Amino acid sequence: MALKIKALGNKNAWRVGFFLSYRQIKRANVWTTALIIAVMTLTFLNLVVVTGVLVGLIQSSVEAQRERGTSDVVINKLDQKTEIENTNDIVNVAKSLPQVQALSMHYVGSGTLNADYRRKLREDEKPNKVPSTIGGIDPASEDGITHLSNYVIEGNYLQEGDTEGVLVGANLVYKYTPIEVTGFSTLKNVEIGQKVKITVGKNSKEVIIRGFVKSKVDNNDFRIFMLNSEVRKLIGRQSANVDEISIKMKPEYKEDGPLEVKRILLNNGFDEGAKIQTWQEAEPKFLLDIAATFGMLGNLIGSIGLVVASITIFIVIFVNALTRRKFIGILKGIGVHPKSIEISYIIQSIFYAVVGSAIGLVILYGFLVPFIYAHPINFPFSDGILYAPLNGTMIRVFALIITTVIAGFIPARMIVKKNTLDAILGR
Amino acid sequence: MKPDEKYIIAARELKKSFIDGDKITHVLKGINFEVKRGEFVAIIGRSGAGKSTLLYQISMLDHPTSGEIYVDGENVSKLDEEDRVAFRLRELGYVFQDYALLPDLTARENVAVPLIMQGRSIAEAYEIAEKMLSRVGLSERFNNLPSKLSGGEQQRVSIARAIAHEPKILFADEPTANLDTESSALVLQIFLELHKQGQTIVMVTHEEEYARAAQRIVKIKDGVVAKGE
Repeated sequence: MALKIKALGNKNAWRVGFFLSYRQIKRANVWTTALIIAVMTLTFLNLVVVTGVLVGLIQSSVEAQRERGTSDVVINKLDQKTEIENTNDIVNVAKSLPQVQALSMHYVGSGTLNADYRRKLREDEKPNKVPSTIGGIDPASEDGITHLSNYVIEGNYLQEGDTEGVLVGANLVYKYTPIEVTGFSTLKNVEIGQKVKITVGKNSKEVIIRGFVKSKVDNNDFRIFMLNSEVRKLIGRQSANVDEISIKMKPEYKEDGPLEVKRILLNNGFDEGAKIQTWQEAEPKFLLDIAATFGMLGNLIGSIGLVVASITIFIVIFVNALTRRKFIGILKGIGVHPKSIEISYIIQSIFYAVVGSAIGLVILYGFLVPFIYAHPINFPFSDGILYAPLNGTMIRVFALIITTVIAGFIPARMIVKKNTLDAILGR
Repeated sequence: MKPDEKYIIAARELKKSFIDGDKITHVLKGINFEVKRGEFVAIIGRSGAGKSTLLYQISMLDHPTSGEIYVDGENVSKLDEEDRVAFRLRELGYVFQDYALLPDLTARENVAVPLIMQGRSIAEAYEIAEKMLSRVGLSERFNNLPSKLSGGEQQRVSIARAIAHEPKILFADEPTANLDTESSALVLQIFLELHKQGQTIVMVTHEEEYARAAQRIVKIKDGVVAKGE
């Protein structure tokens, strides 16, 4: 008989649990419910936003590296070579591919930029010059690929045929990078229109600063840009082979295009005379390391957020169950299975977590992500975005709900386990 | 030894003591007590005599310190907590002094809860609840929350809830203590009608006037049965 009775109780426990929880939620004080949901929403946002901003700092760097630096596929000279062999063939094949939108080629050399070359320096005087990479560009095609002109923060972008002009990366200029440490030098007192001298090996050229570039991509901000034809002369290149090619995919090929294009170029055997990489492969290792570290930090902070959320729900449910101890006793007294009562509290916890998370999702994807994307957080090394991929967010929602269920169940069980009569009589 | 079948409740050598630190208070001191099927019994006694404690033991809301309780032939003293809850749902109904209604539920929902727990659909439970509420004169109050009902009305909802699932025994603990004379009379009238229809009722009261309406009065004095009529 006992077994039969138990079966009867278990069978209907869920139904009564739903019945009770629905009505308790429906008739609860609106402000109390709103407060609990607000706490859950903030907890959810804490879980996602803190991690998202941390990872977003790096993610924006990664995206900037792709958009303003390497583009989608980048081809460099091999370590043991002085140039990209068969540049013309590579360019011709790349241009014929349906995935490719545009490409740009760069002659690249290493040299120095001297701002004090016109006067004789005292013996104890440090020359106002910096070592730098000099990158050649074709202004129009470069702008089509990396939108370099958007990152000219002072002065003007290079014009076609401007053989005298250069753009100087902001990290080479003291007024934009006021750092003075041993081993790192910047140009002081340089302005737009000023003449400076570029030296590459034995070749030198006097040029005029047309603008300063700050794109928050080291590859650009530590570089001096001038016309490809001028760099070619400076580095003394005889052939038409270049040192760097950036290939941009059409928008519809952004996802798989880079890998497909790389494979085609490899199939043509171009890897024998050039290093062909997708943007991901060309990502600086330090970015990957920082991304991993920030991700870990974000998860740690997120875990603390989860613990806070579980404690919050525990307290809410515990206080709720404690103040309703008498009614829990009455329910048991009139024969409601203890499981039903526990279920009703679990459902209430789930309700708070789901509604809180749903509101959080709306705030996150309806406002925060697009807003911060449109108005990035201005960090010195990147334009911080809120990085919140949906699958990662849903994992956090799931974790929040599970934590909440546990946090709701424990206090409910504690109260339900109390002696029925003591609960009814408030002893 | 199993009691005679004519008794729906039988308590044997029932003792209940409360321990508070070093102090032990013996409230029930070996009570032997029976209720026949269909009987309306009133348990009376002075405050602290042990009448409510006796009711809580035989109604399975509390565990006696020692002794045995048989309800409908089953020794319920040995059931675990989960079985006791299920047994109460199936066999017993309760009316408490302070009505003990659930504040978040309407009158109809309060009555429906044990019925849903028994496996009835919500629609069916509501139908029965409405019938029961009409039976105790609350046909206009189905959707009222307890806070919108008077004390007498709340107690009638409590009675409707207690009888809706057709329990074998109806226990009432001071059902009129918080009510005015008119409401008390109404509650008592409902009990008498239920008894007339064969309902076994065990009612604790300190008001002899209402106890006299019962078929038999059991007086508890200092933890033992003083007198049975």
